[in-house]
Amino acid sequence: MNIVVCIKQVPDTNEVKLDPKTGTLIRDGVPSIINPDDKAGLEAALVLKDRFDAKVTVLTMGPPQADKALREALAMGADDAILLTDRAFAGADTWATSMTLAAAIRKIDYDLIIAGRQAIDGDTAQVGPQIAEKLELPQVSYVKELDRDGDHLFITREFEDRMHKIKLKMPCLITTLAELNEPRYMSVAGIMDAYREKEVTTWTRADIVIDDAALGLKGSPTRVKKSFTKAVKAPGKKYDVDAAQAAQIILDNLKEKYII
Amino acid sequence: MNFDLSKEHLMLQEMYRKFTETEVKPLAEEVDEEERFPVETVKKLARYGFMGIPFPKEYGGAGADNLAYAMAVEELSKACGTTGVIVSAHTSLCAAPIYEWGTEEQKQKYLVPLAKGEKLGAFGLTEPNAGTDAAGQQTKAVDMGDHWLLNGSKIFITNADYADVYVIMAMTDKSQGTRGISAFIVEKEFPGFSVGKKEKKMGIRGSATCELIMEDCIVPKENLLGKIGQGFKVAMKTLDGGRIGIASQALGLAQGSLDETVKYVKERKQFGRAIAKFQNTQFQLADMDTKTEASRLLVYKAAKKKDAKLPYSKEAAMAKLYASEAAMEVTTKAVQLHGGYGYTREYGVERMMRDAKITEIYEGTSEVQRMVISASLLK
Repeated sequence: MNIVVCIKQVPDTNEVKLDPKTGTLIRDGVPSIINPDDKAGLEAALVLKDRFDAKVTVLTMGPPQADKALREALAMGADDAILLTDRAFAGADTWATSMTLAAAIRKIDYDLIIAGRQAIDGDTAQVGPQIAEKLELPQVSYVKELDRDGDHLFITREFEDRMHKIKLKMPCLITTLAELNEPRYMSVAGIMDAYREKEVTTWTRADIVIDDAALGLKGSPTRVKKSFTKAVKAPGKKYDVDAAQAAQIILDNLKEKYII
Repeated sequence: MNFDLSKEHLMLQEMYRKFTETEVKPLAEEVDEEERFPVETVKKLARYGFMGIPFPKEYGGAGADNLAYAMAVEELSKACGTTGVIVSAHTSLCAAPIYEWGTEEQKQKYLVPLAKGEKLGAFGLTEPNAGTDAAGQQTKAVDMGDHWLLNGSKIFITNADYADVYVIMAMTDKSQGTRGISAFIVEKEFPGFSVGKKEKKMGIRGSATCELIMEDCIVPKENLLGKIGQGFKVAMKTLDGGRIGIASQALGLAQGSLDETVKYVKERKQFGRAIAKFQNTQFQLADMDTKTEASRLLVYKAAKKKDAKLPYSKEAAMAKLYASEAAMEVTTKAVQLHGGYGYTREYGVERMMRDAKITEIYEGTSEVQRMVISASLLK
């Protein structure tokens, strides 16, 4: 069984602070992590590997620094890692990103593609589903539970007000929720292997078959017109009261606004 | 000269920190309070390769080095001195001598499961009447032709009642003095072997420290470690390595108490401002940080020398001497800066102070380290 896991290196938003003057994110010195939903996807792949002897390939598109995220995936137990990196890929929106990733995946043997639901720095939840569309694969998003029997996956999909139980034939694509599992740590031996035994394969523009017009900023239909921080309209009300009075005030306010 | 950690070591450090924060820190207080050996943590440590860090993969190890091992003990000890010493005693005092002195068969039989963490190791040198004067061994090993017969007892043995494999020193020829000591690999299940009373300790209270008793204990011939009469050498070389582990534990305790103190002094207000604003606090913190960093440099240097297969006995002694005394000083200052709260068992710093004291005593007291260091000057 061959599994491709798409991951994204993101700034650890728990560590990101806002610049009080400009209201923008201060990214300098913020540690980078594997996006949590993607890490759950990787763990799901590694569990399948533990149980069914799968080969797990991790794939990311990003700057050369994304090497570290791939090494971390290798240190957790992934077998192969591919870094898609080229100036031509820069400025890609979700459309161009999924086009590029799909072009790379066409070169890899796969039965299952796993992507995290969404990245904590973009929150679009679009890249996984778009890859499936471009590869014309069946897909199930928001996977909360996962099992496998033969060439079928048995999935619990989280929906707004219900769960879906789905049987899905491979090859296919799923997107995973961080709640799916508790990802393992890297192991000491895994870290040594990630740097000394295993390799991160780098693919550039020349290594994938894709139309130039589909790449990077040029290939991105999304145009950001303006980005801004929502201004605070008025200061909140402050009450210096005991807990019982505080509860009453909250209750009254919620009722007043017809929230409860 | 380069003080930068390699990419592997940086990633290891990141993993050790995450593991410690999530798996070790939440248990530290309970393990101390209840004097409970953290069995569940040891299982997780084994899963992630902490129990065989510096040993090659073909012997079940993680294939890393002594620096990686020292850094692991440091990070674990930042949150829990007990967990740090479990790994240190297992790795340095039991697995390491089998790796260094064992035959291929002994390595396959004992080192592989130890390095994988399937079995836990311990070391027996100290006796009621043979502490710093290790040559005063009274445990005897007699050659019975087809086996060895061991009689005697060992005290203050770390990991004792949870260990499966022990490296034990015993006299094979009293007339030869230190050259009459030999080392043996003893299994818990061997007839005549038992674990005696558990010590009630000031610190590292989750670590199981007990007496080992051998009454006509039958040890197979092939379990002699090294040659007959080499035991003292095995023990001394083993303790050289062990000192890197204990120095790392001391370093971790110092850093852990400093980290807690930095957090605390920013929050604690007196006279209308955070106590971090007072110059006394700032000066204390500066001294604590400087001593901790100096300890780290000595510890890492000793580990790097061992990795380079250079003589490191003096460096290990310096690292242990300095780091343990710094740990005692830094943790004491941490309690002082925490004031009355620091003296309560609500805050971790008093535990770290109690844990730090033993690092000046076991695996060679500070006085022994001074003997080792000055001997290298005066030879």
